[in-house]
Amino acid sequence: MSETIKVPTMAEYMAEGKTPEVLFWVGCAGSFDDRAKKITKAFVKLLHNANVDFAVLGTEESCTGDPAKRAGNEFLFQMQAVTNIEVMNAYEIKKVVTACPHCFNTLKNEYPVLGGDYEVMHHTQFLKSLLNEGKLTVAGGRFKGKRITFHDPCYLGRANKVYEAPRDLLTKLEVELVEMKRSKRNGLCCGAGGAQMFKEPEPGHKDVNIERTEDALETQPDIIAAGCPFCNTMMTDGVKNKEKEDSIAVMDVAELIANAQDL
Amino acid sequence: MQYIPNILFVIALVAGIGYFTMNIRKIIRNIRLGKDVDRSDNKRERFKNMAMIALGQSKMVRRPIAGILHVIVYLGFIIINIEVLEIIIDGIFGTHRIFAFLGGFYDFLIASFEILALLVLVSVILFWIRRNVINIRRFKTLKGWPKNDGNIILYFEVVLMALFLTMNAADLQLQELGADHYVKAGAYPVSQFIAPLFDGMTQGSLIILERTAWWLHILGILIFLNYLYFSKHLHILLAFPNTYYGALKPQGEFDNLEAVTNEVKLMMDPNADPFAAPTTEVEEEPEKFGASDVMDLNWAQLLNAYTCTECGRCTSECPANQTGKKLSPRKIMMDTRDRLKEVGDNIDKNGSFVDDGKQLLNDYITTEELWACTSCNACVEACPVSINPLSIIIDMRRYLVMEQSAAPTDLNNMMSNIENNGAPWPFNQMDRLNWNKE
Ligand code: SF4
Ligand code: SF4
Repeated sequence: MSETIKVPTMAEYMAEGKTPEVLFWVGCAGSFDDRAKKITKAFVKLLHNANVDFAVLGTEESCTGDPAKRAGNEFLFQMQAVTNIEVMNAYEIKKVVTACPHCFNTLKNEYPVLGGDYEVMHHTQFLKSLLNEGKLTVAGGRFKGKRITFHDPCYLGRANKVYEAPRDLLTKLEVELVEMKRSKRNGLCCGAGGAQMFKEPEPGHKDVNIERTEDALETQPDIIAAGCPFCNTMMTDGVKNKEKEDSIAVMDVAELIANAQDL
Repeated sequence: MQYIPNILFVIALVAGIGYFTMNIRKIIRNIRLGKDVDRSDNKRERFKNMAMIALGQSKMVRRPIAGILHVIVYLGFIIINIEVLEIIIDGIFGTHRIFAFLGGFYDFLIASFEILALLVLVSVILFWIRRNVINIRRFKTLKGWPKNDGNIILYFEVVLMALFLTMNAADLQLQELGADHYVKAGAYPVSQFIAPLFDGMTQGSLIILERTAWWLHILGILIFLNYLYFSKHLHILLAFPNTYYGALKPQGEFDNLEAVTNEVKLMMDPNADPFAAPTTEVEEEPEKFGASDVMDLNWAQLLNAYTCTECGRCTSECPANQTGKKLSPRKIMMDTRDRLKEVGDNIDKNGSFVDDGKQLLNDYITTEELWACTSCNACVEACPVSINPLSIIIDMRRYLVMEQSAAPTDLNNMMSNIENNGAPWPFNQMDRLNWNKE
């Protein structure tokens, strides 16, 4: 990254007596995972370019508790949720955007009963709204004409019925969007959900991410587009397993848009 | 003497319906063993779901071949049952084709029933071929009783439809012979082709044939009704309440455990006095978190279990199952139902439940199955009658983690990371913004 974009924190905003339009919830993967950090940076570039007034919680952010909840640890989940809600409510946050469908689902659906009521958007939905408002231009550029297939993250797609926002953005890139045989509500999981990301799979004859990568490879894509840091990891591993990493890239929708414009 | 058939008929009818009612009450009692959950909201949307999914079969037709065949059998089943109403009235009062006075409309009704009966026959045969000849994995993996159950129902349908058409064909012959009691009524687009088989039979034998088919048909229906209780075919009835009471929230939203919320609030509240004597409910047993047996599930989940048709659409979409893991969401539902039946039988025998040393966890569902789930909701999306196997998996995980501390080691590490550093990996929370400095 050539220049570092200033990423303001809520604490800094507060000190100046301001509130940003939207909180960017970075998430654990977006903060710590090397691959996912690139997605975070790409999204920040897009926000910056569209002049979005945003801030992050920085060191005040903590895991939403999603993996704990899916693993069955409701205690830990609620401890995390209550702590995060306390922080967000103190900053009077109204609107949240995140690039992680797991954070998105948890913040949007599972925080309200615990006292955290915000308007929560997945970054593809947010980018789509910027596009509609004319604040963001998405144009073909580098990816024009490339074959791209989009893998629906379970927690964005089936879990919350968001299927179109990422596809609309990709179409705007003037790419050839090809669907896998199982997509949208029939999409196959990448294998990471339900806390599987953090453990070895049970014995079987195949790993789920390989099965899903095979679906993607059948479409003979140049790029596999994802909208989730965990799917991204799973699909990247799958592509490596098939020794296709030199010809097929796995990229987040935000990265595609940012890279198309050479941001 | 003259009234003997009427009396026999009423006895059969009362016995058939009585036994059925008794079993339905047992099912309701068993479902009520579950914990309470509020599904009384949004009546409009619930009615809409029931109309679309149960009555309108909207999710069945997502798989077009099976879906359309199923719609035919289902419509046939419902519409031909209008005829059963006439049969019951005739049976009680000794009349014959009591609705014949409807004239042209009666012709239309009988003609529709016949055409439907033929379509049902054809569909049922195709279903049988799908189940037994074509290699469809979700059917091939069924063994023992569930496999037989699926076929028995198909044979039932064939016999009932054949009896119905035979009865009509004999009736048509009798009408043409001008036999007493056999009024000229109805149109017989299908059985008119069966009738010639009975050419040359005496009026007496035709009456015996017609009566035999009539009796076997109605007795068959009563037996079928009572067979439902022992079969996955309960879905014919339970699909309606089940789709009505199905969850309306987004699939990704897992329920909130109220009991945990109370404890967490207490822990986080700086004003709460940890040494304060608990007020009223001193001796109350601490609430059990999650589920290790059917009584720990809620009634909607138990209704789910009774509704499951064992079609296996869930399992055929399950990423864990497709990659060879032991988990099968269909099995989760079948196990829950089998265990619930076992608990019900236990209550029937002992008056109230007596510990039998068994439970749903381990004796039916293993932890290996539970930990293989990716919580992807594919099973929930695939189920044609709004069953949620995932919610049972999560409740059982909750029991394992919160009551038994029995999570896989990797997950325990992940959770202690969250507890200590606010992330599932061992990174320091103070480094959360470092991505921006790299
Ligand atoms: S939610 Fe679990 S059980 Fe259901 S399909 Fe996905 S992995 Fe299988
Ligand atoms: S849970 Fe639903 S999809 Fe699965 S076998 Fe039962 S009825 Fe079929």
